[in-house]
Parts: sequence; C-alpha cells; structure tokens
Amino acid sequence: MSAQPRTVTSAERLRRLLALVPYVAARRVVGLAETASTFGMTERELIDDLNLAWCVELRAPEPYCPIDLSYEDGEISISQAESIARPLRLAADEASALLVALRMLADATGPGGGDGGSGGDGGPVSRLLAKIETAAGAAGAASSQVTVQQFNSKRVRAVADTITGALAAGRRVHLRHYVWSRDEVTERDVDPMRLLVVEGRTYLEGSCRRAEGVRLFRLDRVWSVDVLDVPAEVPVEAEPVDVDAGLFRPSESDVLAELELGPEARWVAEYYPCESMTELPGGRLRIGLRTPDTTWIRRLALRLGEDARVVSPPGLADEVRAAAAAALALYE
Amino acid sequence: MSKRRTERLLSIVVLLLSSRRYLTAEQIRAAVSGYPDEQEAFKRMFERDKEELRDLGIPLETGRASRVDDDLGYRISRQDYELPEIHLEPDEAAVLGIASRVWQSAELAGAAAGAALKLRAASGEADGDAAVHPPLGVQPRLTTQEPAFGPLWEAVRDRRPVTFSYQASGRSEVTKRTLEPWGVVNRRGRWYVAGHDRMRNAPRVFRLSRITGPVKLVGPPGSVTVPEGTDVRDLVKDWDKPVSYDLTASLRVRADAGAALHHWGHPAPDPATPGWDLVTGRYSDQEWYAGYLAQFGPDVVVLGPPELREAVIRQLKGALA
Repeated sequence: MSAQPRTVTSAERLRRLLALVPYVAARRVVGLAETASTFGMTERELIDDLNLAWCVELRAPEPYCPIDLSYEDGEISISQAESIARPLRLAADEASALLVALRMLADATGPGGGDGGSGGDGGPVSRLLAKIETAAGAAGAASSQVTVQQFNSKRVRAVADTITGALAAGRRVHLRHYVWSRDEVTERDVDPMRLLVVEGRTYLEGSCRRAEGVRLFRLDRVWSVDVLDVPAEVPVEAEPVDVDAGLFRPSESDVLAELELGPEARWVAEYYPCESMTELPGGRLRIGLRTPDTTWIRRLALRLGEDARVVSPPGLADEVRAAAAAALALYE
Repeated sequence: MSKRRTERLLSIVVLLLSSRRYLTAEQIRAAVSGYPDEQEAFKRMFERDKEELRDLGIPLETGRASRVDDDLGYRISRQDYELPEIHLEPDEAAVLGIASRVWQSAELAGAAAGAALKLRAASGEADGDAAVHPPLGVQPRLTTQEPAFGPLWEAVRDRRPVTFSYQASGRSEVTKRTLEPWGVVNRRGRWYVAGHDRMRNAPRVFRLSRITGPVKLVGPPGSVTVPEGTDVRDLVKDWDKPVSYDLTASLRVRADAGAALHHWGHPAPDPATPGWDLVTGRYSDQEWYAGYLAQFGPDVVVLGPPELREAVIRQLKGALA
C-alpha cells in the first residue's frame, strides 16, 4: 500500500466501479497490475473495489448476487456483470473536457488529424473526434462554449506546420531563434521530438545539436525554420521535458528578484510565473520572480518605467538606474 | 462508512437498471442492505442517495409505481444509462490517451480521465499502446489557475447568470458585475469569459485573472440565452484585436544590439555615427512602443517623431526615479 492513501469519496468510487466492471467484462480476462495502472490506483485498492462489487447482494424479491468475478494469479475475470456490463454515458463535464482537448489536438495536427499527411480517411484524431461526438450526444453540447486558440498568429501557425511536416518525415530542421532575454539571435540545427502547447504558447521540443541536449524553442521567437535533407537523429538518452511539472522550474541557486508593480503594470504578474505575490495599498502589487539570469528583469524594469520598481536585489536596482541614465545621456 | 455507502449506491443502480417497473422507496429499501430501520433517518439517507446518483449523471426516472395508488417509484432506463456502442482502433485509443492528459485543471482533468476510462471500458480490447503507435508529435496542455474558472464553467454549462467583482487593467477600483455568460475562451494562454453585462446592458469580455473574490451563480439553470449567431471567439478577438502598425519611427540602434529591431527594421549603417545602424520601427500605440524601446536601454536612440522621443525620455526618467 502507498504511504499516503488517497481519500476517495463514495461518489468517486462508484463512478470508478461503474467503469471498472464493464472494462473487465468487455475483455474477459485482464491483468491486475495493468488494470490498476489504467485506473490510476494501487493493486490493493483495485482488489478492494473488486471485493466490493462482488459483495453486492440484492435481498428482495429473491436474494441474489448480481456480480460474479474472480481474481487469481494476477488476472481478473468477470463471469456475470448483469445490468452494469456497459459503462454509464458520458456526463456533460466529461464529454466537454474530452471534446475540447480533441479539438485542440485536431487544430495542432492540422487537416490530416495526425496521419502524418498521408491523406485518406482522415487521421486518428478526426476519426476519434467524430466517434466521441456521436457517443456523447447532448452531453457534448456545452463543449462548443469553450474555445481554445492555440496559435496566436498566422506566422506561428506556418512555423508549426513546417515543424509538423518535419516530425512526420523524420527530418532535422535549421532554426533562427531569437533569445529575448539576452536580445540575441542564434542559429541551430535541431532534431524535432514534439510540439508542446503550454499556457497558450507553442514550443518545439527537440534535441539541439549545438547545445547537445533537449531544448525548448518558443515558436513565436523562431524567425525562420528550414527542413534539412538530413534524417533527424534524436539520441536515445534524450529525455522529454516533464510538462506536468511546469516548463520552467526555478532552481534553488536562482536569484530571487522582487518588484513592486503599480496598477498599470499588474499584467506582469499574469504574464510571468511568480513565486510570491502580495497585494499592497492603492492597487499596487509586490511580486517575487526566481531566475538564473536577471538580464531580462533589467529589461522589464526599463520597459515599465515609473510603473515598477526593483526592490531587490539592490545590485539589480542599481543596474536599472545605470542603464536608464546611460540611455538618457544619449538624448542630451 | 464510505465503503458501505458505495456498496448501497451500487446495489441501487444494479437493482433499478434490471427492473422495468418503477420501484418504490420501500421496495428499494427491502432489496438493498444498509438503510436504517428508523423511518425519518431512512428518508433523509434515501434523498441524499438519489441526489448523489443524479450528480453522477445516472438518469434516475420518477413515475407512478402502481396503477392502484399514487405511490412514486424509481427506475433507470437502460437506454438512457448506457454509453452507445463505440469501438476504438488502436491508433484512436492512443490519441485518446493524449487527449485525456490535456487538461491540467482541477475542474476538468478528472472529467477527461473519467471519460477516457468509460470509452476504453466500452470499446473492449483494442487498447492503444503508445509504444506501438507512432506518437502524434504534439502534446497540448490546458491549465486553469484562475479560481474563477470552476464556477464560470459551471455557469456556462448550465446557462446560469453570475456575479463577481472585477478589477479592470490599470484601475485600482473594483466593480461589481452581473453577467449572463455565453462562453469561455482561452486565447494566448489566458482565460476570458464573454457574455451580456446586465449593468452595461451590452456584450462584455472579462479576463478571469482580474476577477477578484468568489463568482456566485445567481439564477436557475437554463436562464441564460446565447443570442443566435454569437461566436464567443470573435468577441474576445475584437476586444484584444490585432493592431495595425501604421506609425513609423526612425531609430538609431547599436549595430551589435537590438536584434529584434534589426530583424524587422531594414537596418542600414549610420554614416554619421560608426558602430550604429539606422532602423525603421513600426508601431500603433505610442506609450506601449516607448516602453518597448526603453527596454533596450542605451542601445537605442529615437530620432523621431519628437512625441515618441519625448515619451521614451519620460519612460527612462521613470525608471531612474
């Protein structure tokens, strides 16, 4: 058993059971471990659920046990599931969440729907979308009231399409990429791994020949992309970024920079991941940003002018003032 | 406690699905274990159970249990309960796995995963194995960090009006709004809600991160009507519309700096100042552009127009203060 058992409400558990019983019933025999992992539970929890289903007894009019199942040698089988052999219909939340996600995938993979541009009857994304729309029926209606726009310009869309093509063809690409934080352009050859869309920004994740490692490139900062006549060679040891943990994980060695924002500059707190945020009188806000390189915070402070003030580290506040003074001198 | 409750609820579902007739509360009580003997306690518990089953989306129907008297009974129509037949090809099952991991929000991540499990349960053995099928090459993620998302999604889904407090950008005061929400939109990674603002009596768009305090649902389900032909996406686009860059600035930029200015600005060496280039800048909003130029510090000088030059000087003086 895991050290910290999760608490599952009776409703969540019932929802899970009403999917678990049909899941096993539709497959005759399934592995215990595989089923537990599919349902995101431990084997112990799974066995508890199976016992619970097996214990269901209706006392009237005639006593009988509607569900008959067995588990042994790491395998489960259900010989009788009665009226719950089929899963429950999708609820509105379920259908909508999945349809919105699939429409994002369809949009990101383009008209081929993930078939690598081979044409034909449409890729798996569009086929699956059509099947789920049909199966969901009215429960999917609310999904049309949630829209997600992933590509913020035609240029980014075109860069994404070129990269999708390179991914499908297994080719290396050459990028001209702008590093905003250092205001410089870099040229590099990259073996593409996948496109990530996170918080409204699209990134190419790839193995960079120059950095000899996996890197992310924001597509709106890719100034040009060329597909090379060279097969991509993603090293076997290339580790994809763990997107769930967040793209930018501050490290302990990073500098903590604190800024005080006026009402006009509150957008900064929405735009950058802040480690801390404190409301101050008059609609002002104090934020903490953790970063390995403070160059971009100096640029940000210059851009915000009187709407922001660097509180710490003091050296950074001095840098901002020095840069402003040097710039003003050019106007004298 | 929870285990017995789950067992009781599961028994009710099995019982009512297998019955064609409406069963009375008493008949249900006789068939399933776990209800108390005391009548009032039973009634309360049974009410809670019914509510819980309906919350799960189980179509619990009510009807007359017998022809002779008016006793109410319950049943679950199998047709309304069961997910229609669906069969997934292995590559579709692999896509389902990717789609079920798109949502990162507390509100909908569980819902997407739950839907995927039902579909896999319905589809039988063709389980997609990501290792066997070529990956799609894309992995989108949707996050909802704004606490307002949960209640607003509920309001949009159930077509209910809401009230909330809103702090518009660049203002320190907070205003109370009542909105008939038409839809939520994620644009450039940010969530917006669009709808009819009752106070302004006009369509309005609100950014979720600027909603302060709780969102309250204030009307019954179905009390919001989305006007025919409304495309919520267009409303958000109008509000945050792409700008036309029709103003022109002439800039002097250090040759080895200002990469972005060089890239878009047709640079040419400045004959008067070696080491500097003359660059054209295009912009639409002077104050915004002055801030943008100020970030380059002593690497950029504005030659004209004079108003922009003054704006940049003001900006830099602001940073100096």
